[in-house]
Amino acid sequence: MLKDITIGQYFPGDSIIHRLDPRFKIVITLIYILMLFAGDSIICLGVGAVFTLFAIILSKIPLKMFLKSIKPLLPFLVLTAVFNLVFVKSGEVIFEWKFIEITDEAVSISIFMFVRIILLIMGSSLLTYTTSPITLTDAIERLLSPLKKLKLPVHELAMMMSIALRFIPTLIEETEKIMSAQKARGAEIDSGSFMTRARNMVAILVPLFISSFRRADELATAMECRCYRGGEGRTRLRQLRSAPRDYIALAVSLVFYGVNIAVGIIVK
Amino acid sequence: MENIIEIKNLCFSYPADEDETPVQVLNNISLEIKEGEFMAVLGHNGSGKSTLAKHINGILLPTSGTVTVDGISTADEEKIFDLRCRAGMVFQNPDNQIVSSVVEEDVAFALENLGVPYEEMRKRVDDALKDVNMYEYRNHSPAQLSGGQKQRIAIAGIIAMKPKCIILDEPTAMLDPQGRKEVMSVIKRMNREYGITIVLITHYMDEAAQCNRVVVMDKGNIILDDTPKAVFSHVEQVKAIGLDVPQATELAWELRKAGYDIPQGIITEDECAEAIKRLFERE
Repeated sequence: MLKDITIGQYFPGDSIIHRLDPRFKIVITLIYILMLFAGDSIICLGVGAVFTLFAIILSKIPLKMFLKSIKPLLPFLVLTAVFNLVFVKSGEVIFEWKFIEITDEAVSISIFMFVRIILLIMGSSLLTYTTSPITLTDAIERLLSPLKKLKLPVHELAMMMSIALRFIPTLIEETEKIMSAQKARGAEIDSGSFMTRARNMVAILVPLFISSFRRADELATAMECRCYRGGEGRTRLRQLRSAPRDYIALAVSLVFYGVNIAVGIIVK
Repeated sequence: MENIIEIKNLCFSYPADEDETPVQVLNNISLEIKEGEFMAVLGHNGSGKSTLAKHINGILLPTSGTVTVDGISTADEEKIFDLRCRAGMVFQNPDNQIVSSVVEEDVAFALENLGVPYEEMRKRVDDALKDVNMYEYRNHSPAQLSGGQKQRIAIAGIIAMKPKCIILDEPTAMLDPQGRKEVMSVIKRMNREYGITIVLITHYMDEAAQCNRVVVMDKGNIILDDTPKAVFSHVEQVKAIGLDVPQATELAWELRKAGYDIPQGIITEDECAEAIKRLFERE
């Protein structure tokens, strides 16, 4: 049951987007986000939409998956749209009911924001859909490595993240085991009132925490036995190599960004 | 053959609270292990066998006495990583010693820490994975593997360091019979083909019977230290400290007690079957 949860929602594949260097992918995603927030005209958004669609087609991941990623955020999106609709007071009033006034500008702004956020979600989903969490962690570590000079524990943070990712399935398995054990002893976990269930969760969380501490202790010893001494002087088995296609991808996204800015200026 | 591990008058007690007297876990232990030896350490819970293992690669340091591995004292802080490359350690729970979510990266973990250059690392990782027959699983996630496979990955992670000896702390305790068999066969092959010294801490008598030296510990002391045949012929002494002998030995021993003429020192099923067969032929 718990095992079905996929973390990071990675879809293994071999498309050109999958094969891009993860460092470039992160940078491109950042450019993409800037692009979405750069222009205020509908055409700018159109450019962003074309870029998104183009990348999605290249990734060979069904569009349905991207729509699914929007679903959990839909209430939030609708709420934002409604707020914009009600609280933007500029422009001509086109609808009035009791104290609610809706202006034409409010309508366009709320649609604009709605589409912008949807594009934002789809674009960033594309990053996590096509990059495995562990590669992503790796790329983040390397992109942030200049910050080591500022005494930021970049390696340590990345190490913690990758160990956390590694232990997710192990801990899920453990949780299921503890749940069965507590159920066998009569704990009500799936049934009963909210309060009883909440109380019974303690019976799961306490053993889970204790065993996690034990695991952490053993893992630390095992890492010491394998000569772990922090990030200094480490080499890596996973080599990140940038290929020409990475620079092409970066160039394409920069062109889109440029077009976007140009369009924004012209329209004004 | 030279001694690879030398333990001299080793005493150890965990630090205790103020008004308690510290419990002595290891009492004045002296032990020499030769290069290429395949040694088992037996003892029930609390006998100090795991504590002894943790002294060999400097995870724990002696309260008094010395431990030297390949000429390096475990108390020598400057050479601690050198020492840990020479004496690798495998633990009981495979899940708690695998660091990475990709098999081959986990095997590379120690090499990454040591700063081994990429080409050599790639080769050593591939070789280690082939040695434990897990090469085709190199891109899997450890979560998809069985206990025995995970433990073999943990062993590969140690082999990649090219150690001179491997200490295994009950590596098969959490495995099913199939997994135990796989792990034992890998350990035996490492000893036979590469001459790696093996210190196998276990409470399975049949595993101890496969070694060429058995050390029996009780309450922090070494009480027996000999070949498996010789150790298991002290059936009563072994049983007195709460350990069993291999089933074949037990059967032979019971038969002898009942007055049948069966030789001492039987430790494998084949030997036992042979002895019983001879008994029938004589009658």
